[in-house]
Amino acid sequence: MPAQYVDVVVFLVLAGTFPLITLAFGYLLRPKNPAPLKRGIYECGEIPVGEARIRFDIRYYVFALLFVVFDVEAVFIYPWGVLFRELGWYGFVVMMLFIEVLVVGLIYAYRKGALRWA
Amino acid sequence: MPAWLVTLGWAVLKASLILGFVLFNALFLVWWERKFAARIQSRVGPQRTGRPFGYLQSMADVFKLLSKEDVVPARVDRWMYVLAPIVIFVPAVLVYVVVPFGPNLIVQDLNIGILYVAAVTSFTMIAIVMAGWAANNKYSVVSAMRAAAQLVAYEVPLVLAVIGPVMLAGTLSLQGIVRAQEGLWYIVVQPLGFLVFLTAGMAELNRAPFDLSEAESELVAGYNIEYSGMRWSFFFLAEFSNLVAVSAIATTLFLGGWQAPWFLPAAVKGLIPPVVWFLAKTYFLVTVIMWIRWTLPRVRIDQLLDFGWKFLLPVSLANIALTGLLFPVLVRLGWI
Repeated sequence: MPAQYVDVVVFLVLAGTFPLITLAFGYLLRPKNPAPLKRGIYECGEIPVGEARIRFDIRYYVFALLFVVFDVEAVFIYPWGVLFRELGWYGFVVMMLFIEVLVVGLIYAYRKGALRWA
Repeated sequence: MPAWLVTLGWAVLKASLILGFVLFNALFLVWWERKFAARIQSRVGPQRTGRPFGYLQSMADVFKLLSKEDVVPARVDRWMYVLAPIVIFVPAVLVYVVVPFGPNLIVQDLNIGILYVAAVTSFTMIAIVMAGWAANNKYSVVSAMRAAAQLVAYEVPLVLAVIGPVMLAGTLSLQGIVRAQEGLWYIVVQPLGFLVFLTAGMAELNRAPFDLSEAESELVAGYNIEYSGMRWSFFFLAEFSNLVAVSAIATTLFLGGWQAPWFLPAAVKGLIPPVVWFLAKTYFLVTVIMWIRWTLPRVRIDQLLDFGWKFLLPVSLANIALTGLLFPVLVRLGWI
């Protein structure tokens, strides 16, 4: 069983080194003459004002939280999906109850305005 | 020769073949997309390099990118800046471990196949946020934030849409799901799931109408704005590789993978090898996604998030409930 994952590891290593090899190869071909102006940050030809890494909008944070809830839910549904036939109606009803709890959560977030962007 | 060396040798060979496929595929698709877009916009597209159809245009692009100066802006976060192109490229190749090109033409049929796909592809989001944040450019930071919100919103419907075929086939192995579709492709019994998967897949690919994170007209280029030359090209290699991966997974789950259409008589089925069926369906879906990209305008961010959370997510949940409820009917009809 772990032998199957040899392929995954080899793919990981090879795909990870490929960009390095091409970059090293390109080193032989490309010019290299950095200049202060060239190394500046692009801001439509203007001199950049202030830092780019500032506090970002809090609204993104709410969506990230919702994602965590629903992605974990999906992980629970996967094994159920595989065993769906064996579990029969009992398993189906139980899973629907589980999803229903999460849908109530989604409706709550919706009513609270958490899903509203503007 | 010791057994482990043989295993390792095979793995390296398979990985090299897939890497070759990914690269050739990107070359072909860059050319194909430019020609296809030109056709839609009543232009001719590239035609000078490799007359008469410009088929050498992508090769010319590769040499240009290789010989471009590698400009690293002064105030970037060095480590994240260097790592981001690698982090985005690796999952784009890793997905192909479980893609079944044919009955025996698969790198490794992992029994958790589709879960592996979901896990590996979610790394793309991390790479985009890394690239955008590292560049210390206002456009790229905005782009990274948008990409994070968008990928997060569409990942949930995407993974939920996959549950339908999993329920019907009773396995997470992609090869198992393809074999289960011998009698009938799942698009017939899972039309909702297919539409949700394709829509969410397009959003995951950052393609128009969901290309908010690289909106050229407002963010210039988005998260890859400060990248140049070969480093930049890895973002595009990954994008085209992911485009084929999403189409290939959609083909596997809903369009019967390498199976010939079920309604054809057995004599006709034998004429065309399975891998040809698989590639034909995959590139057909790729072309459909391109067609949509060059037809629809970009959505706004509030429309994007509304559509994901308030429409696609409930629909994908309803699809699971519907599949469960209708399952006895499908069995009675003999469709499953």
